[in-house]
Amino acid sequence: MELYYKNIYEIHNMLRRKELSCEELTCTILNRINNIDEKLGAYLTIVKESLSEAKAVDRKIGNGDYIEPLEGIPYSLKDNISTRKIKTTCGSKMLENYISPYDATVVERLKKNILVGKTNLDEFGMGSSTENSAYKITKNPWDLTKVPGGSSGGSAAAVASGLCFFSLGSDTGGSIRQPAAFCGVVGLKPTYGLVSRFGLVAYGSSLDTIGPITRNVYDCALVLNHISGYDTKDSTSVNRGKKDYTKGLKNGVCGLKIGIPKEYFHDGIDNRIKEKIIEVVKELEKKGAIIIDVNLPHTKYGFFTYYNIATAECSLNLSRFDGIRYGYCKNEYDNLNELYSHNRTLGFGKQVKKNIILGTNSLIKTNYEKYYEKGAKVRTLIIKDFKEVFKKVDLLITPTTPTLPFGIGEKIKDPIKMYKSDILTINANISGIPALSIPCGFIENMPVGVQIMGGYFNEEEVLTCAYEVERMRGEITWNTSL
Amino acid sequence: MEYITVVGLEIHAELKTKSKIFCSCSTGFGEEENSQCCPICLGLPGTLPSLNKKVIEYAIRAGIGLNCEIARKSFMDRKNYFYPDLNKAYQISQYDKPLCENGHIQINDKRIGIKRIHIEEDAGKTIYTNEARLLNYNRSGVPLIEIVTEPDLSSSIETSECLEELKEILIYLDICDCKMEEGSLRCDVNINIESKDKTIRSNIVEIKNLNSFKAVKKAIEYEESRHRFLLRENKNTIRETRRWDENKKITVAMRKKEEAQDYRYFPEPDLLKIFVEESFIEEIRKGLPELPNEKRNRFILQYELPEYHINIMTKSKEMSNYFEEVVRTVKNPKMVSNFIISVLYKRLKDDRMDIEDLKYKIDDFVKLLELVVNGYISNNMAKKLYNIMHETGENPEIIMKEKGIIQLSNEKDIVKIVKEVLEENLKSIKDYKNGKKKVIGFLVGAVMKKTKGSANPQTVNEIILDILRKK
Repeated sequence: MELYYKNIYEIHNMLRRKELSCEELTCTILNRINNIDEKLGAYLTIVKESLSEAKAVDRKIGNGDYIEPLEGIPYSLKDNISTRKIKTTCGSKMLENYISPYDATVVERLKKNILVGKTNLDEFGMGSSTENSAYKITKNPWDLTKVPGGSSGGSAAAVASGLCFFSLGSDTGGSIRQPAAFCGVVGLKPTYGLVSRFGLVAYGSSLDTIGPITRNVYDCALVLNHISGYDTKDSTSVNRGKKDYTKGLKNGVCGLKIGIPKEYFHDGIDNRIKEKIIEVVKELEKKGAIIIDVNLPHTKYGFFTYYNIATAECSLNLSRFDGIRYGYCKNEYDNLNELYSHNRTLGFGKQVKKNIILGTNSLIKTNYEKYYEKGAKVRTLIIKDFKEVFKKVDLLITPTTPTLPFGIGEKIKDPIKMYKSDILTINANISGIPALSIPCGFIENMPVGVQIMGGYFNEEEVLTCAYEVERMRGEITWNTSL
Repeated sequence: MEYITVVGLEIHAELKTKSKIFCSCSTGFGEEENSQCCPICLGLPGTLPSLNKKVIEYAIRAGIGLNCEIARKSFMDRKNYFYPDLNKAYQISQYDKPLCENGHIQINDKRIGIKRIHIEEDAGKTIYTNEARLLNYNRSGVPLIEIVTEPDLSSSIETSECLEELKEILIYLDICDCKMEEGSLRCDVNINIESKDKTIRSNIVEIKNLNSFKAVKKAIEYEESRHRFLLRENKNTIRETRRWDENKKITVAMRKKEEAQDYRYFPEPDLLKIFVEESFIEEIRKGLPELPNEKRNRFILQYELPEYHINIMTKSKEMSNYFEEVVRTVKNPKMVSNFIISVLYKRLKDDRMDIEDLKYKIDDFVKLLELVVNGYISNNMAKKLYNIMHETGENPEIIMKEKGIIQLSNEKDIVKIVKEVLEENLKSIKDYKNGKKKVIGFLVGAVMKKTKGSANPQTVNEIILDILRKK
């Protein structure tokens, strides 16, 4: 197998045994980016300094020092995660030349890794196809006419095409899992509060999470080990001590109670995808899992709730972008209001403006009760649904997406259809539970993702089940024709 | 027609915490522009606030000091509006669930209701010049409490008294330094007038950002007469926000209330709900100092001072501490407070000094009073001595030496004077023989007077006794 498709564990051993230098490794990745990313459009910024960082790791190895399992591994970051000295554009013209003066907590926690670049995204994380970036459209590595999903499409495409060994994305309503499903990689949205959000440019603060995108479950657990944990700078992060998520992976699913929620298998979902998921469930049953049909009665309100909360929060989170202290500024104005309005009119893209207006509308005094407050109440009901169901079962299994990856431009004119590609993932954000997408096979040569959800902070069992799915599915033959 | 004035206050007090409300930046005043800022208090993309626990503690202190109910469960809201010095375009404040509610403040015999006290962050500062607007974010993120009173105040004088009392309480609680000139205490006034039967009333007008008690008083008086005039003309005031023009001594319209913004309040998702444990409140309650009102009551009982004395002795924490420290040794409260008021306090006022600026040590002040109490020196002499102490910081004995107010301790000289005095007071000798021992004091006093207080009273005493016994 090509070096750039190897898993992190193998690469670590090669580095440790000096069969490979970190410099060679990083060079390989940078070369591959250089060769194919023009076609793919996964990266917005390439970090050239990564080579000198790689050399530092080599010196350490040369000295015979211990290196951690993840150390020296090249990775990428969604470009809405702040990095010192490297641009953080959020895929927006508004932040075209913005360089954050500080590193996000997750970046600090990955200090020993080699950051090769920052990946494309739907502007400020708003979108489900990575077509809404101000800079470029990212393409699906399995079929360049298709979208990679979004908004972490750049990260998922980069991982799927061997342009890094892992990536961090952000997930507000499915932005890690949906592109992971479309690109055939593993994407985990951790429990809200497990991974610090400090440094993630906020979209919907109460929904946003940072999580890993990897090519296999073990790598996912390994990355989670590094990025998870309490952070004093994020008061919504939770202090639960350190855990090794790689330890329980091989525990198997025997005896695990897995719920199949009826509401996630409705008519709007591609029948072929439903069948694939049912196959997975049957296989898991054979491995000893106990399958239980369950109900999450408020699922259908998730869509309404999500768009109320996410847009309301986004309308406030994005109001700081006025071009006065940093970011896009058109220096032609007669008064203060004109300055604001020029900067925001020209700095933001369509989707972002739409969301801001939706959110502003649901927060104005006369609408607050009707929209925002109602949304918050339904949110409580959805949370209750999950709490109830996780008294009966350990995990839930559903499809990740209602359709296969769609064509570029296909849904851009139909916002409702576009929004609905997150329909199966948003409730995990609304309630804050962990959820992971893992490819379980292919239809028409395009990957299909299965979503595994767990109770709060039950990442361990989610990963164990994912590991079993991966074992049953077998190795993926990556698309090397790029 | 006779009208009653109705005033309600919104007071912003800057808390004395060392660091800002959501980050560890310093809150020091007067530092170089934009030198006390970090990504968090600048609200840069990706930053998150984390609430400074001291802010909660201080706000609860204020709540207890103003007799409020403390909410066990509270949370922060975002208040949204655009302004260049508001870096996130929202202020993190409290709207729905303030930390403290339903309190009151006692002035004279009247209770002024406190509707709520909530915590919030301060914005930056815009400086207007002819060429530009300049922005300084040092203050952005400085913790504030907003104290909102009920419209229970009915005159400018009452409002002043209320503010004075409030200021005193905040200083006693040690949570705000209340320096209006530095903006650490700011006040908005809501005012209207109504007829006694409440059938006629003017619309409420808000006067923003008054930064001295004098301005508050003047602005209220100005508005009272403006409202009265308009009503008399069968017009009414407009519901609007006004500002005080310090130069012209008038209020000027800023914006109409109808145009007031919709702040789109919304619970702050980046911060957890605030849960206040009963034990935490108790701990704060126990740690609270004696408040001005309590102190006044105690002073009345313990020292039996007249009201005027009480008011001055409890005017500030420093003053009352000073008084009590002196009284511990000089056990004559009335005399001590008298001397403080007529001498020390007067000098402080004349020199615009605070008690902590005094040059001499408190022990020397005690020594000075003891000299008086023991009859060593006269009150007048003490005053003179005090003024020298005040200026030089020297102790009274040294001053006495230097200024030649040396105590007469040469026995021969004293004996001579004692003899003179005895000759002038033959009746006293008789009285003494008849067992009236008290005359000794009188005689000592007479000798002291004759020596202009320069004799050593101890020696005088001994000599008188000696001579009387021999007679």
